[in-house]
Amino acid sequence: MELEAQPFVINFGPSHPSTHGVFRLRTILDGEVIVDVEPIFGYLHRGIEKLAEGRTYVQNIPFTDRLDYLASMTANHGYVLAVEKLAGIEVPERAEYLRVIMSELMRISSHLMAVGFLTNELGAMMTPLLYMYREREKILDLFEMVCGQRLTYNYMRFGGVSHDIPREFLPAVKKFVREMPGFIDEYDQLLKENEIVLARTKGVGILPADVAINYSVSGPMLRASGVKWDIRKDDPYSVYDRFDFDIPTGSAGDIYDRYRQRIEEMRQSVRILEQAIEQIPPGEVCTKVPSLLRPPKGEVFARIEAPKGELGYYLVSDGSIAPYRFRVRPPALINLGVLRYMSRGWKIGDLIAIFGSVDICVAEVDR
Amino acid sequence: MTKPLIGTEVAEKIEEHLPGAVVEAGENSILLNSESVLDICRFLNQTAGLDFDYLTNLTAVDYLDYFEVVYHLVSMKHNHSLVLKARCFNRENPTIPSVTSIWGGADFQEREVYDLLGIRFDGHYNMKRIFLWEGFQGHPLRRDFL
Repeated sequence: MELEAQPFVINFGPSHPSTHGVFRLRTILDGEVIVDVEPIFGYLHRGIEKLAEGRTYVQNIPFTDRLDYLASMTANHGYVLAVEKLAGIEVPERAEYLRVIMSELMRISSHLMAVGFLTNELGAMMTPLLYMYREREKILDLFEMVCGQRLTYNYMRFGGVSHDIPREFLPAVKKFVREMPGFIDEYDQLLKENEIVLARTKGVGILPADVAINYSVSGPMLRASGVKWDIRKDDPYSVYDRFDFDIPTGSAGDIYDRYRQRIEEMRQSVRILEQAIEQIPPGEVCTKVPSLLRPPKGEVFARIEAPKGELGYYLVSDGSIAPYRFRVRPPALINLGVLRYMSRGWKIGDLIAIFGSVDICVAEVDR
Repeated sequence: MTKPLIGTEVAEKIEEHLPGAVVEAGENSILLNSESVLDICRFLNQTAGLDFDYLTNLTAVDYLDYFEVVYHLVSMKHNHSLVLKARCFNRENPTIPSVTSIWGGADFQEREVYDLLGIRFDGHYNMKRIFLWEGFQGHPLRRDFL
Protein backbone atom coordinates (compact mmCIF):
# COMPACT_ATOMS: atom_id res chain seq x y z
CA MET A 1 0.00 0.00 0.00
CA GLU A 2 1.26 3.46 -0.87
CA LEU A 3 0.89 6.24 1.66
CA GLU A 4 0.12 9.69 0.42
CA ALA A 5 1.97 12.64 1.92
CA GLN A 6 0.05 15.86 2.18
CA PRO A 7 1.65 19.31 2.42
CA PHE A 8 1.01 20.95 5.75
CA VAL A 9 1.15 24.49 7.06
CA ILE A 10 3.48 25.70 9.77
CA ASN A 11 3.52 29.21 11.16
CA PHE A 12 6.86 30.70 12.10
CA GLY A 13 6.14 33.40 14.60
CA PRO A 14 4.69 35.98 15.19
CA SER A 15 7.05 35.59 18.14
CA HIS A 16 9.93 33.46 17.00
CA PRO A 17 13.56 34.08 17.93
CA SER A 18 14.66 34.18 14.32
CA THR A 19 12.12 36.68 13.02
CA HIS A 20 13.85 39.85 14.29
CA GLY A 21 10.66 41.26 15.72
CA VAL A 22 7.00 40.41 15.59
CA PHE A 23 6.58 38.85 12.19
CA ARG A 24 5.04 35.70 10.80
CA LEU A 25 6.13 33.34 8.06
CA ARG A 26 3.38 31.05 6.89
CA THR A 27 5.17 28.10 5.36
CA ILE A 28 3.72 25.18 3.45
CA LEU A 29 5.90 22.13 3.86
CA ASP A 30 6.20 18.80 2.19
CA GLY A 31 8.01 16.88 4.88
CA GLU A 32 10.94 19.14 5.55
CA VAL A 33 10.97 20.76 2.14
CA ILE A 34 9.48 24.18 1.62
CA VAL A 35 6.73 24.32 -0.97
CA ASP A 36 5.70 27.90 -0.38
CA VAL A 37 6.33 30.78 2.01
CA GLU A 38 4.13 33.74 2.65
CA PRO A 39 5.39 36.54 4.89
CA ILE A 40 2.61 38.08 6.97
CA PHE A 41 3.20 41.60 8.21
CA GLY A 42 1.45 44.17 10.29
CA TYR A 43 2.06 43.20 13.90
CA LEU A 44 4.19 46.33 14.34
CA HIS A 45 2.16 48.63 12.12
CA ARG A 46 1.94 51.98 13.90
CA GLY A 47 0.54 54.02 11.05
CA ILE A 48 3.53 56.34 10.90
CA GLU A 49 2.56 57.60 7.45
CA LYS A 50 -0.89 58.60 8.69
CA LEU A 51 0.41 60.15 11.90
CA ALA A 52 2.96 62.17 9.95
CA GLU A 53 0.18 63.90 8.00
CA GLY A 54 -0.98 65.52 11.21
CA ARG A 55 2.38 66.80 12.43
CA THR A 56 4.76 69.48 11.22
CA TYR A 57 7.79 68.64 9.10
CA VAL A 58 10.19 69.05 12.02
CA GLN A 59 8.06 66.95 14.33
CA ASN A 60 8.35 64.08 11.87
CA ILE A 61 12.14 63.75 12.21
CA PRO A 62 11.87 61.64 15.39
CA PHE A 63 9.42 59.34 13.59
CA THR A 64 12.07 58.44 11.07
CA ASP A 65 14.30 57.23 13.92
CA ARG A 66 11.62 54.72 14.73
CA LEU A 67 11.49 53.18 11.27
CA ASP A 68 14.70 51.21 11.13
CA TYR A 69 15.96 51.57 14.67
CA LEU A 70 19.20 49.77 13.86
CA ALA A 71 19.99 52.54 11.37
CA SER A 72 18.25 55.66 12.66
CA MET A 73 20.88 58.08 11.41
CA THR A 74 20.44 57.07 7.80
CA ALA A 75 16.66 57.21 8.18
CA ASN A 76 17.07 60.80 9.47
CA HIS A 77 19.38 61.54 6.59
CA GLY A 78 16.93 60.45 3.90
CA TYR A 79 14.08 62.48 5.35
CA VAL A 80 15.99 65.74 5.81
CA LEU A 81 17.36 65.39 2.28
CA ALA A 82 13.84 65.05 0.91
CA VAL A 83 12.56 68.11 2.76
CA GLU A 84 15.62 70.14 1.79
CA LYS A 85 15.05 69.23 -1.83
CA LEU A 86 11.39 70.22 -1.52
CA ALA A 87 11.98 73.53 0.23
CA GLY A 88 15.29 74.38 -1.43
CA ILE A 89 17.37 74.60 1.75
CA GLU A 90 21.15 74.93 1.58
CA VAL A 91 23.29 72.83 3.90
CA PRO A 92 26.70 74.01 5.21
CA GLU A 93 29.63 71.89 4.17
CA ARG A 94 30.59 70.88 7.68
CA ALA A 95 27.10 69.53 8.27
CA GLU A 96 27.29 67.44 5.09
CA TYR A 97 30.51 65.87 6.32
CA LEU A 98 29.02 65.22 9.74
CA ARG A 99 26.06 63.53 8.08
CA VAL A 100 28.32 61.31 6.02
CA ILE A 101 30.37 60.38 9.09
CA MET A 102 27.23 59.47 11.04
CA SER A 103 25.71 57.55 8.14
CA GLU A 104 28.83 55.48 7.58
CA LEU A 105 29.22 54.70 11.28
CA MET A 106 25.58 53.67 11.22
CA ARG A 107 26.17 51.46 8.21
CA ILE A 108 28.98 49.64 9.97
CA SER A 109 26.82 49.17 13.04
CA SER A 110 23.86 47.89 11.04
CA HIS A 111 25.98 45.49 9.00
CA LEU A 112 27.57 44.19 12.19
CA MET A 113 24.13 43.32 13.47
CA ALA A 114 23.15 41.76 10.15
CA VAL A 115 26.20 39.48 10.09
CA GLY A 116 25.95 38.75 13.81
CA PHE A 117 22.34 37.68 13.65
CA LEU A 118 22.98 35.67 10.52
CA THR A 119 25.57 33.58 12.39
CA ASN A 120 23.04 33.23 15.17
CA GLU A 121 20.60 31.82 12.67
CA LEU A 122 23.24 29.42 11.38
CA GLY A 123 23.43 27.95 14.85
CA ALA A 124 26.49 29.75 16.24
CA MET A 125 24.41 30.92 19.16
CA MET A 126 25.54 34.29 20.46
CA THR A 127 29.36 33.96 20.37
CA PRO A 128 30.06 35.74 17.05
CA LEU A 129 27.15 38.08 17.71
CA LEU A 130 28.69 39.26 20.96
CA TYR A 131 31.99 39.96 19.22
CA MET A 132 30.06 42.22 16.91
CA TYR A 133 28.16 43.84 19.74
CA ARG A 134 31.55 44.82 21.13
CA GLU A 135 32.26 47.08 18.13
CA ARG A 136 28.68 48.27 17.88
CA GLU A 137 28.96 49.50 21.47
CA LYS A 138 31.85 51.69 20.44
CA ILE A 139 29.80 53.22 17.65
CA LEU A 140 26.87 53.78 19.99
CA ASP A 141 29.24 55.47 22.46
CA LEU A 142 30.30 57.81 19.65
CA PHE A 143 26.69 58.66 18.89
CA GLU A 144 25.98 59.20 22.57
CA MET A 145 28.87 61.64 22.64
CA VAL A 146 27.31 63.60 19.77
CA CYS A 147 23.64 63.68 20.67
CA GLY A 148 23.16 61.97 24.02
CA GLN A 149 21.21 59.05 22.60
CA ARG A 150 22.10 55.50 21.79
CA LEU A 151 19.21 54.31 19.66
CA THR A 152 16.92 57.08 18.44
CA TYR A 153 19.23 59.96 17.69
CA ASN A 154 17.05 62.67 16.15
CA TYR A 155 20.34 64.33 15.22
CA MET A 156 19.76 65.75 11.77
CA ARG A 157 17.80 68.91 11.04
CA PHE A 158 16.68 70.67 7.90
CA GLY A 159 19.72 72.65 6.85
CA GLY A 160 22.27 70.74 8.88
CA VAL A 161 22.53 68.85 12.15
CA SER A 162 21.19 69.73 15.60
CA HIS A 163 24.55 70.74 17.08
CA ASP A 164 28.27 70.55 16.48
CA ILE A 165 30.38 67.61 17.64
CA PRO A 166 32.30 67.84 20.92
CA ARG A 167 36.07 68.27 20.77
CA GLU A 168 36.85 64.68 21.70
CA PHE A 169 34.64 63.20 18.98
CA LEU A 170 36.95 63.26 15.96
CA PRO A 171 39.94 61.74 17.84
CA ALA A 172 37.60 58.99 19.05
CA VAL A 173 36.41 58.31 15.48
CA LYS A 174 40.04 58.27 14.34
CA LYS A 175 40.85 55.65 16.95
CA PHE A 176 37.83 53.60 15.88
CA VAL A 177 38.77 53.83 12.21
CA ARG A 178 42.30 52.72 13.00
CA GLU A 179 41.14 49.69 14.97
CA MET A 180 38.16 48.57 12.92
CA PRO A 181 39.98 46.83 10.03
CA GLY A 182 41.69 44.61 12.61
CA PHE A 183 38.36 43.65 14.09
CA ILE A 184 36.94 42.87 10.65
CA ASP A 185 39.93 40.57 10.09
CA GLU A 186 39.07 38.92 13.36
CA TYR A 187 35.52 38.18 12.20
CA ASP A 188 36.95 36.81 8.99
CA GLN A 189 39.19 34.50 10.96
CA LEU A 190 36.18 33.23 12.84
CA LEU A 191 33.76 32.85 9.97
CA LYS A 192 35.19 33.20 6.48
CA GLU A 193 36.46 29.67 6.08
CA ASN A 194 34.51 28.08 8.86
CA GLU A 195 33.35 24.67 7.66
CA ILE A 196 29.86 24.98 9.10
CA VAL A 197 29.34 28.46 7.71
CA LEU A 198 30.44 27.28 4.27
CA ALA A 199 28.25 24.19 4.36
CA ARG A 200 25.19 26.12 5.44
CA THR A 201 25.57 29.13 3.14
CA LYS A 202 27.41 28.26 -0.08
CA GLY A 203 24.96 27.78 -2.91
CA VAL A 204 21.92 28.16 -0.64
CA GLY A 205 19.16 30.65 -1.40
CA ILE A 206 20.55 31.79 -4.71
CA LEU A 207 19.17 35.05 -6.10
CA PRO A 208 20.10 35.69 -9.77
CA ALA A 209 20.74 39.27 -10.80
CA ASP A 210 17.78 39.58 -13.19
CA VAL A 211 15.33 38.34 -10.56
CA ALA A 212 16.80 40.74 -8.02
CA ILE A 213 16.30 43.69 -10.35
CA ASN A 214 12.81 42.59 -11.33
CA TYR A 215 11.77 42.36 -7.68
CA SER A 216 13.17 45.83 -6.88
CA VAL A 217 15.69 44.34 -4.46
CA SER A 218 18.20 46.91 -3.29
CA GLY A 219 21.23 47.39 -1.11
CA PRO A 220 23.72 44.67 -0.15
CA MET A 221 21.34 41.97 -1.37
CA LEU A 222 21.27 43.38 -4.88
CA ARG A 223 25.04 43.86 -4.99
CA ALA A 224 25.67 40.36 -3.65
CA SER A 225 23.86 39.11 -6.76
CA GLY A 226 26.44 40.86 -8.91
CA VAL A 227 24.65 44.10 -9.77
CA LYS A 228 26.93 47.07 -9.35
CA TRP A 229 24.37 49.57 -8.11
CA ASP A 230 24.97 51.85 -5.18
CA ILE A 231 23.11 55.14 -4.88
CA ARG A 232 26.14 56.72 -3.20
CA LYS A 233 27.91 56.28 -6.55
CA ASP A 234 25.12 56.12 -9.13
CA ASP A 235 23.01 58.98 -7.83
CA PRO A 236 25.30 60.72 -5.34
CA TYR A 237 23.77 62.80 -2.57
CA SER A 238 25.36 64.82 0.23
CA VAL A 239 29.14 64.89 -0.42
CA TYR A 240 29.60 61.24 -1.40
CA ASP A 241 31.02 62.23 -4.77
CA ARG A 242 34.15 63.53 -3.02
CA PHE A 243 35.27 60.21 -1.58
CA ASP A 244 37.24 57.47 -3.15
CA PHE A 245 35.64 54.09 -2.44
CA ASP A 246 34.75 50.91 -4.28
CA ILE A 247 31.48 49.10 -4.63
CA PRO A 248 32.11 45.45 -3.83
CA THR A 249 29.86 42.95 -5.58
CA GLY A 250 29.21 39.26 -5.19
CA SER A 251 28.95 36.69 -7.93
CA ALA A 252 26.78 33.75 -6.94
CA GLY A 253 24.11 35.64 -5.00
CA ASP A 254 23.88 33.02 -2.27
CA ILE A 255 23.81 33.53 1.50
CA TYR A 256 27.58 33.38 1.67
CA ASP A 257 27.90 36.23 -0.85
CA ARG A 258 25.44 38.33 1.07
CA TYR A 259 27.44 37.80 4.23
CA ARG A 260 30.71 38.64 2.44
CA GLN A 261 29.07 41.66 0.86
CA ARG A 262 28.32 43.20 4.22
CA ILE A 263 31.85 42.54 5.48
CA GLU A 264 33.37 44.18 2.39
CA GLU A 265 31.02 47.12 2.65
CA MET A 266 32.17 47.71 6.21
CA ARG A 267 35.74 47.98 4.92
CA GLN A 268 34.62 50.54 2.35
CA SER A 269 32.75 52.50 5.01
CA VAL A 270 35.95 52.65 7.02
CA ARG A 271 37.67 54.06 3.95
CA ILE A 272 35.03 56.76 3.57
CA LEU A 273 35.32 57.60 7.27
CA GLU A 274 39.10 57.95 6.98
CA GLN A 275 38.72 60.49 4.20
CA ALA A 276 35.81 62.31 5.80
CA ILE A 277 37.61 62.98 9.07
CA GLU A 278 40.61 64.28 7.12
CA GLN A 279 38.54 66.58 4.90
CA ILE A 280 35.96 67.92 7.33
CA PRO A 281 36.05 71.73 7.24
CA PRO A 282 35.30 74.05 10.19
CA GLY A 283 32.26 76.30 10.13
CA GLU A 284 28.54 76.41 10.72
CA VAL A 285 26.61 73.18 11.20
CA CYS A 286 23.09 74.41 10.51
CA THR A 287 21.44 77.12 8.46
CA LYS A 288 18.51 79.01 9.95
CA VAL A 289 15.26 77.35 8.98
CA PRO A 290 11.90 78.37 10.47
CA SER A 291 10.61 75.75 12.88
CA LEU A 292 7.17 75.97 11.26
CA LEU A 293 8.51 75.20 7.83
CA ARG A 294 6.08 75.67 4.94
CA PRO A 295 7.61 74.16 1.80
CA PRO A 296 6.12 75.37 -1.47
CA LYS A 297 3.39 73.31 -3.12
CA GLY A 298 4.83 70.33 -4.90
CA GLU A 299 6.21 66.87 -4.41
CA VAL A 300 9.59 65.26 -4.07
CA PHE A 301 11.12 61.81 -4.10
CA ALA A 302 14.54 61.50 -2.49
CA ARG A 303 16.39 58.27 -1.97
CA ILE A 304 19.55 57.29 -0.18
CA GLU A 305 21.61 54.16 0.24
CA ALA A 306 20.58 53.00 3.70
CA PRO A 307 22.37 49.97 5.18
CA LYS A 308 19.46 47.73 4.25
CA GLY A 309 18.95 49.11 0.77
CA GLU A 310 17.35 51.97 -1.02
CA LEU A 311 15.44 54.15 1.42
CA GLY A 312 13.16 56.64 -0.31
CA TYR A 313 10.84 59.38 0.90
CA TYR A 314 8.01 60.63 -1.25
CA LEU A 315 6.56 63.84 0.15
CA VAL A 316 3.67 65.88 -1.17
CA SER A 317 3.30 69.42 0.13
CA ASP A 318 0.16 71.54 -0.13
CA GLY A 319 1.97 74.57 1.21
CA SER A 320 0.88 74.06 4.81
CA ILE A 321 2.96 73.18 7.89
CA ALA A 322 2.25 69.45 7.65
CA PRO A 323 3.03 67.10 4.76
CA TYR A 324 -0.02 66.22 2.67
CA ARG A 325 1.43 62.78 2.00
CA PHE A 326 4.39 61.17 3.71
CA ARG A 327 5.47 57.95 2.10
CA VAL A 328 8.48 55.87 3.06
CA ARG A 329 9.89 53.41 0.56
CA PRO A 330 11.02 50.71 2.97
CA PRO A 331 13.97 48.70 1.61
CA ALA A 332 13.41 45.73 3.91
CA LEU A 333 9.76 45.20 2.97
CA ILE A 334 10.54 45.19 -0.72
CA ASN A 335 13.60 42.97 -0.28
CA LEU A 336 11.33 40.43 1.39
CA GLY A 337 9.47 40.05 -1.89
CA VAL A 338 12.09 37.59 -3.09
CA LEU A 339 11.99 35.43 0.03
CA ARG A 340 9.48 33.12 -1.62
CA TYR A 341 11.64 32.78 -4.74
CA MET A 342 14.82 32.10 -2.75
CA SER A 343 13.49 29.59 -0.27
CA ARG A 344 11.31 27.30 -2.40
CA GLY A 345 12.74 23.81 -2.50
CA TRP A 346 15.08 24.30 0.46
CA LYS A 347 14.75 22.70 3.87
CA ILE A 348 13.19 24.45 6.80
CA GLY A 349 16.55 25.08 8.49
CA ASP A 350 17.76 26.83 5.36
CA LEU A 351 14.70 29.06 5.40
CA ILE A 352 15.89 30.61 8.66
CA ALA A 353 19.34 31.23 7.19
CA ILE A 354 17.93 32.68 3.96
CA PHE A 355 15.59 34.89 5.94
CA GLY A 356 18.48 36.05 8.12
CA SER A 357 20.54 36.97 5.09
CA VAL A 358 17.84 39.41 3.91
CA ASP A 359 18.49 41.54 7.01
CA ILE A 360 15.20 43.13 7.92
CA CYS A 361 14.00 45.31 10.73
CA VAL A 362 10.30 44.74 11.32
CA ALA A 363 9.72 48.28 12.60
CA GLU A 364 10.65 49.50 9.15
CA VAL A 365 8.76 46.78 7.30
CA ASP A 366 5.48 47.55 9.07
CA ARG A 367 5.92 51.24 9.82
CA MET B 1 23.89 60.96 -11.42
CA THR B 2 20.56 59.42 -12.30
CA LYS B 3 19.19 61.54 -15.12
CA PRO B 4 15.47 62.34 -14.88
CA LEU B 5 14.00 62.01 -18.37
CA ILE B 6 11.90 64.92 -19.64
CA GLY B 7 8.26 63.87 -19.40
CA THR B 8 7.15 65.51 -22.64
CA GLU B 9 9.82 63.71 -24.70
CA VAL B 10 8.95 60.27 -23.36
CA ALA B 11 5.25 61.07 -23.77
CA GLU B 12 5.80 61.61 -27.50
CA LYS B 13 7.32 58.16 -27.81
CA ILE B 14 4.41 56.65 -25.90
CA GLU B 15 1.89 58.50 -28.07
CA GLU B 16 3.51 57.09 -31.21
CA HIS B 17 3.12 53.58 -29.89
CA LEU B 18 -0.16 53.87 -28.01
CA PRO B 19 -2.23 56.86 -29.18
CA GLY B 20 -4.49 58.32 -26.50
CA ALA B 21 -2.64 56.77 -23.57
CA VAL B 22 -1.17 60.01 -22.26
CA VAL B 23 -3.51 62.48 -20.62
CA GLU B 24 -1.03 65.18 -19.83
CA ALA B 25 2.75 65.38 -20.07
CA GLY B 26 4.74 67.67 -17.82
CA GLU B 27 8.39 68.41 -17.34
CA ASN B 28 8.82 65.98 -14.43
CA SER B 29 6.05 63.46 -14.80
CA ILE B 30 3.56 61.93 -17.21
CA LEU B 31 -0.12 61.58 -16.37
CA LEU B 32 -1.50 58.43 -17.93
CA ASN B 33 -4.90 57.14 -18.81
CA SER B 34 -5.47 54.68 -15.95
CA GLU B 35 -6.77 51.94 -18.26
CA SER B 36 -3.57 51.79 -20.32
CA VAL B 37 -1.10 51.74 -17.43
CA LEU B 38 -0.13 48.13 -18.00
CA ASP B 39 0.48 48.57 -21.75
CA ILE B 40 2.55 51.69 -21.23
CA CYS B 41 4.62 50.10 -18.49
CA ARG B 42 5.30 47.12 -20.72
CA PHE B 43 6.31 49.50 -23.49
CA LEU B 44 8.66 51.43 -21.18
CA ASN B 45 10.09 48.19 -19.84
CA GLN B 46 10.78 46.57 -23.20
CA THR B 47 11.67 49.43 -25.54
CA ALA B 48 15.37 49.72 -26.28
CA GLY B 49 16.70 53.08 -25.19
CA LEU B 50 14.20 53.35 -22.34
CA ASP B 51 14.69 49.97 -20.62
CA PHE B 52 12.94 50.76 -17.34
CA ASP B 53 13.88 47.56 -15.56
CA TYR B 54 13.54 48.71 -11.97
CA LEU B 55 10.40 49.91 -10.21
CA THR B 56 11.70 51.93 -7.29
CA ASN B 57 8.56 53.18 -5.67
CA LEU B 58 4.85 52.67 -6.15
CA THR B 59 2.43 54.60 -4.02
CA ALA B 60 -0.78 56.60 -4.16
CA VAL B 61 -2.10 59.90 -2.87
CA ASP B 62 -5.68 60.80 -2.02
CA TYR B 63 -6.60 64.22 -3.43
CA LEU B 64 -10.28 63.80 -2.42
CA ASP B 65 -11.51 64.40 -6.00
CA TYR B 66 -9.42 61.50 -7.22
CA PHE B 67 -6.69 59.08 -6.24
CA GLU B 68 -3.34 59.45 -7.90
CA VAL B 69 -1.16 56.37 -8.23
CA VAL B 70 2.52 57.29 -8.60
CA TYR B 71 5.23 55.11 -10.15
CA HIS B 72 8.92 55.96 -9.82
CA LEU B 73 10.82 54.04 -12.48
CA VAL B 74 14.57 53.67 -12.89
CA SER B 75 16.62 52.13 -15.64
CA MET B 76 19.76 50.58 -14.24
CA LYS B 77 21.13 50.09 -17.73
CA HIS B 78 21.06 53.76 -18.68
CA ASN B 79 20.81 55.26 -15.18
CA HIS B 80 17.80 57.43 -15.89
CA SER B 81 14.48 57.81 -14.14
CA LEU B 82 10.86 58.68 -14.87
CA VAL B 83 7.74 59.44 -12.85
CA LEU B 84 4.37 58.13 -14.02
CA LYS B 85 0.99 59.03 -12.60
CA ALA B 86 -2.50 57.72 -13.13
CA ARG B 87 -5.77 58.87 -11.63
CA CYS B 88 -8.77 56.94 -10.35
CA PHE B 89 -11.93 58.99 -10.07
CA ASN B 90 -14.25 56.35 -8.67
CA ARG B 91 -14.17 56.78 -4.91
CA GLU B 92 -16.41 53.83 -4.10
CA ASN B 93 -14.48 51.20 -5.98
CA PRO B 94 -11.26 52.56 -7.52
CA THR B 95 -9.38 50.11 -9.71
CA ILE B 96 -6.26 50.21 -11.83
CA PRO B 97 -4.32 47.48 -13.69
CA SER B 98 -1.61 45.77 -11.70
CA VAL B 99 1.98 45.92 -12.98
CA THR B 100 3.15 42.84 -11.07
CA SER B 101 3.43 40.94 -14.36
CA ILE B 102 6.21 43.33 -15.39
CA TRP B 103 7.92 44.14 -12.09
CA GLY B 104 7.74 41.66 -9.24
CA GLY B 105 8.69 44.49 -6.92
CA ALA B 106 5.20 45.91 -7.30
CA ASP B 107 3.70 43.00 -5.36
CA PHE B 108 3.88 44.24 -1.76
CA GLN B 109 3.65 47.89 -2.71
CA GLU B 110 0.37 47.39 -4.55
CA ARG B 111 -0.98 45.42 -1.62
CA GLU B 112 0.04 48.27 0.66
CA VAL B 113 -1.78 50.82 -1.50
CA TYR B 114 -4.86 48.59 -1.47
CA ASP B 115 -4.69 48.19 2.29
CA LEU B 116 -4.19 51.83 3.19
CA LEU B 117 -5.99 53.64 0.35
CA GLY B 118 -8.41 51.06 -0.99
CA ILE B 119 -7.37 51.05 -4.64
CA ARG B 120 -7.79 47.60 -6.19
CA PHE B 121 -5.15 46.42 -8.62
CA ASP B 122 -6.68 44.26 -11.35
CA GLY B 123 -4.60 41.21 -12.12
CA HIS B 124 -2.68 41.08 -8.85
CA TYR B 125 -2.45 37.44 -7.80
CA ASN B 126 -2.93 38.07 -4.10
CA MET B 127 -4.94 41.27 -3.64
CA LYS B 128 -5.52 41.35 0.10
CA ARG B 129 -4.60 43.56 3.02
CA ILE B 130 -0.93 43.58 4.00
CA PHE B 131 -0.67 45.40 7.36
CA LEU B 132 -4.18 45.57 8.75
CA TRP B 133 -6.30 42.52 9.44
CA GLU B 134 -9.03 41.15 7.20
CA GLY B 135 -12.29 42.66 8.34
CA PHE B 136 -10.82 46.06 9.20
CA GLN B 137 -13.29 48.76 8.21
CA GLY B 138 -12.05 51.52 5.91
CA HIS B 139 -8.69 52.52 4.51
CA PRO B 140 -6.69 54.71 6.91
CA LEU B 141 -4.58 56.74 4.51
CA ARG B 142 -7.65 58.22 2.85
CA ARG B 143 -7.99 61.85 3.84
CA ASP B 144 -11.58 61.37 5.01
CA PHE B 145 -10.72 58.47 7.34
CA LEU B 146 -10.93 59.58 10.96
